[in-house]
Amino acid sequence: MSNKNIEKLESVVIRFAGDSGDGMQLMGDRFTTTAALVGNDLGTFPDYPAEIRAPAGSLAGVSAFQLQFSSKNIFTPGDKLDVLVAMNPAALKMHLEDLKSDGILIANKSNFTPRNLKMAGWESNPLENESLKQYTLYDLEISRLVANATLDMGLSNKIVERTKNFFGLGLLYWMYGRPLDPTIDWLEKKFKKKPELIEVNVRALKAGFNFGDITESFATKYEVGAAPLKPGVYRNIVGNHATGLGLLAASQLAEIPLFFGGYPITPASDILHQLSNYRNYGVKTFQAEDEISGIGSVLGAAFAGNLAVTATSGPGIALKTEAIGLGVITELPMVIINVQRGGPSTGLPTKTEQADLLMAMYGRNGESPLPIIAPSTPGDCFYIAYEACRIAIKYMTPVFILSDGFIANGSEPWMLPDLDKLSKIKIDKPLSRDGQFLPYERNEKTLSRGWAFPGLKGFEHRLGGLEKEHVTGNVSYDPDNHDLMVKLREKKVSLITQEISKTEIYGKSTGKVLVLGWGSTFGAIRSAVESLNEEGKSVSHVHIKWINPFPSDLGEILLKFQKILIPEINSGQLIKIIRSEFLIDAQGFNLVRGKPYTKSQIIDKIKEIL
Amino acid sequence: MEKKEATLTRKDFTSDQDVRWCPGCGDYSILTQTQKIMPEFNIPKEKIVFVAGIGCSSRFPYYMNTYGFHTIHGRAPTIASGIKISNPDLNVWVITGDGDALSIGGNHLIHVLRRNIDLNIIMFNNEIYGLTKGQYSPTSKLGHKTKSSPFGSVDRPFNTPSVVLGAKATFFARTIDSQPKHLQYTLRKAQEHIGSSFIEVFQNCIIFNDGAFSHVTDREIREDNILDLKNGEPMIFGKEQDKGIKLDGFSPKVVQIGKNISKDDLQVHNEKDRNLASILANFTENELLPTPLGVFYSEDKPRYEELLVNQIKESVKNLGKGDLNKLIAGSDHWKVS
Repeated sequence: MSNKNIEKLESVVIRFAGDSGDGMQLMGDRFTTTAALVGNDLGTFPDYPAEIRAPAGSLAGVSAFQLQFSSKNIFTPGDKLDVLVAMNPAALKMHLEDLKSDGILIANKSNFTPRNLKMAGWESNPLENESLKQYTLYDLEISRLVANATLDMGLSNKIVERTKNFFGLGLLYWMYGRPLDPTIDWLEKKFKKKPELIEVNVRALKAGFNFGDITESFATKYEVGAAPLKPGVYRNIVGNHATGLGLLAASQLAEIPLFFGGYPITPASDILHQLSNYRNYGVKTFQAEDEISGIGSVLGAAFAGNLAVTATSGPGIALKTEAIGLGVITELPMVIINVQRGGPSTGLPTKTEQADLLMAMYGRNGESPLPIIAPSTPGDCFYIAYEACRIAIKYMTPVFILSDGFIANGSEPWMLPDLDKLSKIKIDKPLSRDGQFLPYERNEKTLSRGWAFPGLKGFEHRLGGLEKEHVTGNVSYDPDNHDLMVKLREKKVSLITQEISKTEIYGKSTGKVLVLGWGSTFGAIRSAVESLNEEGKSVSHVHIKWINPFPSDLGEILLKFQKILIPEINSGQLIKIIRSEFLIDAQGFNLVRGKPYTKSQIIDKIKEIL
Repeated sequence: MEKKEATLTRKDFTSDQDVRWCPGCGDYSILTQTQKIMPEFNIPKEKIVFVAGIGCSSRFPYYMNTYGFHTIHGRAPTIASGIKISNPDLNVWVITGDGDALSIGGNHLIHVLRRNIDLNIIMFNNEIYGLTKGQYSPTSKLGHKTKSSPFGSVDRPFNTPSVVLGAKATFFARTIDSQPKHLQYTLRKAQEHIGSSFIEVFQNCIIFNDGAFSHVTDREIREDNILDLKNGEPMIFGKEQDKGIKLDGFSPKVVQIGKNISKDDLQVHNEKDRNLASILANFTENELLPTPLGVFYSEDKPRYEELLVNQIKESVKNLGKGDLNKLIAGSDHWKVS
């Protein structure tokens, strides 16, 4: 029986850090699921290296997972850490600077060997000198503790050693009063065919839990209550997963099959993995021989009447560029997802960045406009994917989705969408005039052309990359026709403004500073502006989903503020478009560190210009 | 009684676009034979798609009154794959050239062949880049003098059937633009074959590489240089039909039919024999041997789109038709009231 203090907290930020093979992502996932089931609001940030298994104990091999869980509504995975779990000296070295000065540090002492200390660049063992004394340090011999707890099972050291993440998880479950059952259920499902692996992990989990309960040094338990989320049914959702579900929803609402053609690339591959599982939904996935073939197959599938989608990251977009141009001139509906990562070139494959906006906007030969939309949170990916598909079909155009590594891998509690509330995606029957189909005859309201796919009798026609004659679609080199077609393609994209609802302004609709954001910076900006509003500062926030075209009321809104601040994880890309479009002297805030902004970085910047 | 659809004719397959190849170009013959033979297949026009890359040959779809897609240099196999996979019911043709298929599109070509997607791929091989006005191509002979190789090409050429068979293609045939009947015959065989069918057509570029195939087109000498492959029949050739092919181990050699050698001693062609096809592929590189025409190899293998559709059927059978609401809800959800 325990006799411990219980302290109530509003929010807690935990980071699990260890070797790539230590199971840190798994530990984070499990803690997240449990926190979600308890009713907390939460935000997560998996941060892992590009190397699959860098040498054990090296700084390069450290993998981390951060989450914030809270009894109020939150928008980010948190800034400074309340708890750091460091499974080895390298993890401690990499992440200690983010721990609050009075934070809790849980370290696996068993791994602080002279060799590991040296690899991580510690001159002496920090657990044994005074250097960590400002923190509440729990240095535990986790390896020995799990070995003791599973001694009678007669399993190899290797297997037992692998359970140490579950020991840590158990300890944290004890600290924050979390149930063990969801994790035990998960283990039972995962290792259905290997009962000894269920038992060894459950024992480690319980050993961690009991260790907190009976060890005197753990004097306090913490309570983080349920958050006041809107009533509804929730689940925890990762951004890429929400994207996949949104695509599938769109295909069902459009009543056409979903075709996904792509090539594996970090951090977009999970969309391919997920959709490959949906055979019984009629989804066809094609893992092509390269990125070009991926988008080529998508062009073919779009021509043939499927909802055609590809997902990749910056380097993949570079390869797909020519084919995207063919999509623009043939005016075929398709969705191109760029889960952005650090660049240029291979850059930072597993880190986040927003530096492909101008590439999406201008990165093709010729005048080649296409719509661009960006999700702002993991759950939002669902609606953005659906909306991109809807617009692609309605306007007969490729549509770009600019996601990024942060929202693609991050997660949040997500209220299940009501599919009945999403509108059906109508596919207009192509028209023929006097028995003849004119492929480039346009709808007056949308300027979209008819989608006639092979199989439709009487609509046989030829498409191609050569300039099209207005209405007939025949090859044309006529100068006036080219000028007209360039303008029609541009106009068609700008007409999408009629689909964009009124821009929401968070805070007052006029004032000193407006923070304008797009994409994954939403959470950090919103929580920063929220805090500053609580302090009575005159700051508002507008977050745009559509970047091409802009919402029609955006220009007007921008004029109502003295200063416009645009934080982006790039050197200033949205700001270039805003300046040229509205002739407004907006200010940029640009840290390109492969990491999402923290709330405090945004607050500091706003204060600087207020 | 149900009214029978009127039989289609060549005219039905001719589009209203003016054909813009150079006068005398071999492409005309390939287009004509294709338009002539299409009605024979009894496929409704709306189910036929011609896909092309970039190059002279790749203008082809504009002239066929079917569905068509003139795409990007080298990428036609990828677009055709997307079309066929998303709607396996369609009859899909890929029109390409030696530069389009074997140079810029080499990667896509080998992969579409190994997947055995049911496409008919016709490669017009003129051993030159025509549309860009006369540079050497990946099938141009070593030493060939062109605009970009004034001192002779130092680029070793591909042997088309070796590339195609090396990629595990299930059908390879070769024909010549100037032999309409043989051209029709190979088109028919390619259409009959289910899976990726690859036809290499020797096609004369009258402007930049005239006479590249004269050894197999000149009336005087062609019969001595062509080995017309017929499945199940001995390999006989020559103006007098007096020469044959005999295998000495794996090495083919030309023998004179006469006193010591009868037709029964000759190698019999077998379309299903992949090893024999590989030997035939290498004939081209040996000046002492005739150039084989006809079907080198044809064998049925599972097709990508067929396997994928089967997976979908199996999956629906085993798991039931997917329920999107359930999928969205996932297994770990909770209610906030």
